[in-house]
Amino acid sequence: MLRTRIIPILLLNDGGLVKTVKFSKDRYIGDPINAVRIFNKKEVDELVLLDIGASRNGTSPNFTEIKEIVSEAFMPVGYGGGISKMEHIEQLFNIGVEKVILNSVIFENKELIEEAIKIYGSQSIVASIDVKKDIWGSYKIYSNSGKKKQNISLDSCIRLIQEIGFGELVINNIDKDGTMQGYDLDLIGKVTAMLDIPVVSVGGAGTITDFIKAIKAGVSAVAAGSMFVFQGVHRAVLISYITADQLEQELKE
Amino acid sequence: MEYKNQKVVIIDYGMGNIGSIDNMLKYLGVKAIISSEPNVILDADKIILPGVGHFDRAMTNIKELGLMDVLKEMALVKKKPFLGICLGMQIMCESSEEGTLPGLSFINAEVKKFDFGTDSKLKVPHMGWNKIHVNKESDILEGLDDDSRFYFVHSYFVKCQNEIDILTKTTYGFDFVSSFQVDNLIGAQFHPEKSHRFGVTLFKNFLEKY
Repeated sequence: MLRTRIIPILLLNDGGLVKTVKFSKDRYIGDPINAVRIFNKKEVDELVLLDIGASRNGTSPNFTEIKEIVSEAFMPVGYGGGISKMEHIEQLFNIGVEKVILNSVIFENKELIEEAIKIYGSQSIVASIDVKKDIWGSYKIYSNSGKKKQNISLDSCIRLIQEIGFGELVINNIDKDGTMQGYDLDLIGKVTAMLDIPVVSVGGAGTITDFIKAIKAGVSAVAAGSMFVFQGVHRAVLISYITADQLEQELKE
Repeated sequence: MEYKNQKVVIIDYGMGNIGSIDNMLKYLGVKAIISSEPNVILDADKIILPGVGHFDRAMTNIKELGLMDVLKEMALVKKKPFLGICLGMQIMCESSEEGTLPGLSFINAEVKKFDFGTDSKLKVPHMGWNKIHVNKESDILEGLDDDSRFYFVHSYFVKCQNEIDILTKTTYGFDFVSSFQVDNLIGAQFHPEKSHRFGVTLFKNFLEKY
């Protein structure tokens, strides 16, 4: 039996580890290497690193920093942020990243992604989509860490993901980010119904119950940021993790 | 020989995940040699054949780099400890449904595609952490058991002709071969370099016991 993957997401900005609320209000929470060491000890299923600085500013990935982080990680690591060229993708795989996570480039250069899938296989090329509801309640698509609105509907965007041939999708609702009030389950239900590839939910997880709801709504893996780096109502920084065994126990009950 | 001094060569044939394996060996105190040079490979004490991607592309690259005979020499004639990982394991077989080119044919096995139909809840690729069921005793599995879990990501699986070659099986819809061993030749479908202490144990066994 395949276990549901539980994935901590770490946000990088300018060499530090940060956490956002609704994609802004960056709060510095520490040194990424230290955090990865702790997650390594806790034997996390997988780790995702997103450089929101590189994504917002369109700068290249900081390979030196990523390499340093990845050399401490004996679990699969996905990286996203500032990837715009084949050399970036090649370099990331060479330093030991398992999955590259692409967002802005989906709307700018889908030929690059199709080429990368041909070379590295779809399992290592992951799409990341950030959405936000407009005042009429319809989903809008954003890129560059929420900075840029894309003129494409959610349905068309999901079809585009399928058509390009991505191996996995990470779906995030910007308005849920950092709130720890639960995932956008309507969004998850809609997206998983449209796709055959594994879908990972992120944005809003605060408890193990949120994970279970997302799994029941159809995701293959659950991801969280705040839940794994903050503790208590005052959000003190403390790294924690929930194992798949704990999750399975809860699912049985 | 102190295992830290042995010459472990990771074959660099443009098929990914070399960095992760190098990181793992470094963690175990071994400075691996990453190479596609026939002379360097022929001088190795141990060979690791990684691989992520397409079967035919892997075989084409091996041919173009002139490594077909070199790998055969090391695996079958000199009988050096030889570890194939993921696609590296698959190309040790005779053929694959993913492509049309023959494999290295070190092992009596073929590679088939997971196909559960569109109604199935089982997704392809088989991606994530799964357990192993030990099929035969081996030094490479020392310290590992049926509770050990490994990270998998693959759309094709190995089917061995001889049951005796199967080291471990894993369940995904059915039982498939998650690792095999024929003497010095070992193949792992999972990624031990990304499987925490379970992968550390397997690599340590490969370095120490062979």
